[in-house]
Amino acid sequence: MRRLFLALILPVLLLIGWWLATRGSAYSLIPPPYDVAVAMVDLAVGGINDDAFSGTLLTHLLASVGRVYGAFLLAAVLALPLGLLIGRLTLASELLDPMFQMLRPVPVTAWLPLSMIVFGLGPRSAFFLVALGAFYPILVNTIFGVRSVEPRLFEAAAMLGTRPAAMFPTVVLPASLPGIFTGLRLGLGFAWVVIVVGEMTGVQTGLGAMIMDARQLSRTEIVICGMIVIGAAGYLSDRVVLLLGKRLLRWSPQHG
Amino acid sequence: MDNPRRADIIQVDNVDKKFGDFLALGDTNLRVKEGEFVCLIGPSGCGKSTLLRIIAGFELASDGVTIVGQKEVAGPGPDRGMVFQDYGLFPWLTVRANIGFGPHARGVPRAQITEIVDRFVELVGLARFADAYPHQLSGGMKQRVAIARVLANDARVVLMDEPFGALDAMTREHLQTELLELWERTGLTIIFVTHAIEEAILLADRVVAMQPGPGRIVSDTRIDLPRPRDVASPEFNDLRRRLSAELHG
Repeated sequence: MRRLFLALILPVLLLIGWWLATRGSAYSLIPPPYDVAVAMVDLAVGGINDDAFSGTLLTHLLASVGRVYGAFLLAAVLALPLGLLIGRLTLASELLDPMFQMLRPVPVTAWLPLSMIVFGLGPRSAFFLVALGAFYPILVNTIFGVRSVEPRLFEAAAMLGTRPAAMFPTVVLPASLPGIFTGLRLGLGFAWVVIVVGEMTGVQTGLGAMIMDARQLSRTEIVICGMIVIGAAGYLSDRVVLLLGKRLLRWSPQHG
Repeated sequence: MDNPRRADIIQVDNVDKKFGDFLALGDTNLRVKEGEFVCLIGPSGCGKSTLLRIIAGFELASDGVTIVGQKEVAGPGPDRGMVFQDYGLFPWLTVRANIGFGPHARGVPRAQITEIVDRFVELVGLARFADAYPHQLSGGMKQRVAIARVLANDARVVLMDEPFGALDAMTREHLQTELLELWERTGLTIIFVTHAIEEAILLADRVVAMQPGPGRIVSDTRIDLPRPRDVASPEFNDLRRRLSAELHG
């Protein structure tokens, strides 16, 4: 109860500030909270404005959710094995690590033009960009997780009769799970962060596409609705991951 | 205790260990009989842990031969269980699974593992914590798990590297008593590294004292006091004084 109360103080203050700042002026560039609330209802169920945005929220939300999770899965499928390999094998590390370290600071936005040339306008480009955003956090944290396995645990396993080939599944993998989990969590978060950029590639549906359309039509209240929905969806999806982590990593004092 | 018919289970012959140019252990010889409790004692840098880790197979000697149970040591193995000062428990496994780790790694059938684990959980008095994870245990309990997991793995030799060094005095005394009981009951061979003279005299059949520069054995003292030993007795104090003089003199 107390935590809920503390968590709500700032958002409520923000809302009041927003209301005070936009109140009174007949035409404000930033719409007042009430207009945004009305737009949100219209976006969700329609029946108020009856324009191109009315009742489309679910379509956009589902398109973005599908893209975020699909791209996240693709990123995980690529980044996990690569991270395990780079973390564990010196050769893989020497071969791959410098390249990824150099590509990593390149922002997803900078990839946008190239991606549109390579993958064309539309969903494939969007998918690629979101996957790219999720890829590096998973990769970097998996490498870190594998490398930070306490050497003592290898000794303990060896003196108990674990053969070298069995070290990977019995020691390396479980010991790096907290790092891997952190990577997956950050990766999914990043997928939500880059969804708008990803959907600048000319896709028809998606929260990002909706925001871009609304911006061009100066429908700022729709833009704000999109921001709120992305924030809420990202938050919920992070909660789910956290709960999963709590179950799977009960043994870890940082997670359990 | 000194039974000449018992065979040497550990044989360290002319072992050197260099780390780069640094001679951590110079020309060291040690014999340990089956069932003996030997304490290695000395200041830091005297090579006592290095010697223990060579016997364990974690370090390979630069020169010389180490034989445990007729076999030359070429790496770590389940015949030599190690108990570390920092426990080395697998944090993702429960107490039960930590104790069952060794049998599992060696391919013991599942039903048999359950039986072994039950026995050793009971033996070290952790039945109530059998399903707890290491981070939920006190230091003393963690070390009990660490001991149980090498015993559950049929280790013939137990190597202990300052196992009670991180524990508070009360817990340490408890575990010392429990370890002696276990040892008397099982007939294990134990090599126990410590820097506490009193602990060595309390526990060991033999106290092997070492000195640094280069690491070497300087004395090998048989402790004939009957157990349980009284740390306040004059005989105990005589030994303490003598060993102390050897180590500091």
